[in-house]
Amino acid sequence: MIPELGHFALILAVLVALVQGVLPLIGAQRRDATLMALAKPAIRTQFLLIAFAFGCLMYSFATSDFSVANVAEHSNTQLPMRYRIAATWGSHEGSLLLWALMLAGWGAAVSLRSRNLPDVLLSRVIAVMGLVSVGFLSFLLFTSNPFLRLMPAAAEGQDLNPLLQDPGMVIHPPMLYMGYVGFSIAFAFAIAALLGGRLDATWARWSRPWTTAAWSFLTIGIALGSWWSYYVLGWGGWWFWDPVENASFMPWLVGTALLHSLAVTEKRGTFKNWTVLLAIVAFSLSLMGTFLVRSGVLTSVHAFATDPARGVFILIFLAIVIGGSLTLYAIRAGAVGGGAAFAMISRESMLLANNVLLVVACASVVLGTLYPLFLDALNLGKLSVGPPYFEAVFFPLMAPLVFLMGIGPLASWRQVKLPDLATRLKWAFMVAAVTSVLLPFTFGHWSPLVALGLFLGLWVVAATITAIWQRLSRAPQQGLAAKLAANSAAWYGMLLAHMGIAVFVIGVTLVKGYGVEQNVPLDVGQGVTIGVDTFTFRGVAPITGPNYQGLAGVVEVSRNGKVVETLRPEKRAYNSGMTMTDAAIDYGFFGDRYVSLGEPITDKGDSGAWSLRVYVKPFVDWIWGGAFLMAMGGFIAMSDRRYRLAVKQSLAGLAGARAA
Amino acid sequence: MKPRHRRFLWIAAGLATLGVAATLVLNAFQSNLVFFFTPSQVVAKEAPQGRPFRIGGLVESGSLRRVPNSLDVHFIVTDTAQRLPVVYNGMLPDLFKEGKGVVAQGSVGPDGVFHASEVLAKHDENYMPPAAASAIEQARKDKGMSLSTLSSAK
Repeated sequence: MIPELGHFALILAVLVALVQGVLPLIGAQRRDATLMALAKPAIRTQFLLIAFAFGCLMYSFATSDFSVANVAEHSNTQLPMRYRIAATWGSHEGSLLLWALMLAGWGAAVSLRSRNLPDVLLSRVIAVMGLVSVGFLSFLLFTSNPFLRLMPAAAEGQDLNPLLQDPGMVIHPPMLYMGYVGFSIAFAFAIAALLGGRLDATWARWSRPWTTAAWSFLTIGIALGSWWSYYVLGWGGWWFWDPVENASFMPWLVGTALLHSLAVTEKRGTFKNWTVLLAIVAFSLSLMGTFLVRSGVLTSVHAFATDPARGVFILIFLAIVIGGSLTLYAIRAGAVGGGAAFAMISRESMLLANNVLLVVACASVVLGTLYPLFLDALNLGKLSVGPPYFEAVFFPLMAPLVFLMGIGPLASWRQVKLPDLATRLKWAFMVAAVTSVLLPFTFGHWSPLVALGLFLGLWVVAATITAIWQRLSRAPQQGLAAKLAANSAAWYGMLLAHMGIAVFVIGVTLVKGYGVEQNVPLDVGQGVTIGVDTFTFRGVAPITGPNYQGLAGVVEVSRNGKVVETLRPEKRAYNSGMTMTDAAIDYGFFGDRYVSLGEPITDKGDSGAWSLRVYVKPFVDWIWGGAFLMAMGGFIAMSDRRYRLAVKQSLAGLAGARAA
Repeated sequence: MKPRHRRFLWIAAGLATLGVAATLVLNAFQSNLVFFFTPSQVVAKEAPQGRPFRIGGLVESGSLRRVPNSLDVHFIVTDTAQRLPVVYNGMLPDLFKEGKGVVAQGSVGPDGVFHASEVLAKHDENYMPPAAASAIEQARKDKGMSLSTLSSAK
């Protein structure tokens, strides 16, 4: 009964979404208040319906109702309750339902948070989101219904993929989707601006906090995915340039460009066309990411041909959304206009450089990700693009970007004099340069790439501190607290996010420069020494989990003869038949010790020698710590008072202008 | 500087940046393409010498052999038509099993043995690496084998 209710709620939701997508749009065109007034109740009803459907699916998972095909395929009774609940979005169907839920959730949030938005703009924004919703909900209903019954019901379910039975994987997809789907708001605002032919600073101020929120969630989602692959996949890498990862990274790159371009549009009224285009591209890439991961093209382009329904549906949907919005852009971009002029060296020009670099970087990822798929689809041969390509391209593009990040926040709008900038930043530059040249000696060997990486990270830190120092020392207020309070949350958020990049860059540099990876055969009692630590293998013992049997190895870490840590890497055989390696990691501020079990390598079997991965990863956690700081910076920036106040003021201004 | 000159400078700088970026990207792209060959193609010496490439196929049942007390492993990858001996020094992924699909990257030595630098793991046991599947598919076409003999080979 419950699954049928969920199914029914989904059908109602698509009908409501259709109303939400069409009527307010017509209303906005005809300035018909009655039709426009439908937007808010429609999006809220749609949200409640999808939330109800999602609840029904979760209930079926929680109660292990194996008469539902989706539950039978992705859960079983031995699975702990938290993973049964997480399994709701562990499957293809469930994760799409989560997508739709988030889309409606973001829409409902817009309807609640923008009481001050003009009706015409709000109706258009909500209607565009409704149309996207129609697409996704019909995709769910027609090709990926999560509520399909299984006749006869299965006695026991299969298992959730063991790799996904992990706390990180429980929150990774919701965060990632919050980000993906959040860009739909920027997209909807952009389409609304094109339809209305008007784009001003207020528009930018309205769409900015939403874009920042989406970007922050996406940042967390990507970082969680990266962290998960580090500790679950068992080979200690944190980014593989795998198409699945690239799928989430492409919208992030363009989203980052969009954030910065929106800043210019808000403050200076420039880059208008470009901002709209970026908003369209960011959301299109989110859709493409969903398509890549969800249609199965990555597993095999030809799987597509055998079960084309899903892939073709998304492909058509993509074509309509991207093609439609770009056509609209081509027709209406002129009405939106470019903007004010600025000098060769100014904050605008630096943000322009930021945008160019980010977009080029994104294009290079698109090329590396899609080219093999195209060739394969056209039967022109099979090939893959290796990580060295991405690394070779990324470093030269990102280095100037990070360098500019130190200067940008100190540069003034319109025009800035180079000698002036140089005077203000000379100390930051010197401190960063000297430290980064000397610091590598304390780690052991010196290499130019490490020094350069450290320089970029430290330069951003030093320049950010300089920015704060100069802002505070020039503030007219008395007392530090008053001086600090005089700056906006958006400014602090921006600086914190930049600090996050610096922390990330330092982490990447040090783990690449000084990480040690050893794959060694070790007999019981034998050890391997890396730096000051000796890792001694003490054999393996059997363990039993709720839905797996396994072996846990014991590896003692000793320093100067004293045991400082005991690591227990596991090898698990799940009842569903899959084997999984569970690495043991000793996390630390200055780096991790990482041990995972390979296989027994002698004919004595489990009690004999094993192959082990013994890794020392200096500063690796700074990579995710940096991403976390970036996201925090985003959240702080979006909480800025002006996004609430300014909307009211501008409306007062509008009303005043109308009265006059 | 006149606005016209300034605009020209802007455009020139933009084009120069894009040009450099494009050169960089395409260069790196060209030199990092990893091509895929089937065991039959490798045995027929169609694969490049000295440049790394990928192979795919099934790990032949009973072919896995370890060198005791080292990380060296030997196994045979087959597309059901030809057999290619492979050596690998390192740790095999969890999903590496005899009789299952595998993809490996490396190069072929003068002895005709494939020296793998990387054996690729995927996230799902039922998953057949597409490259491996297509190698078998190709061999099947060449030999005119029926699907039933293929599934019994698995």
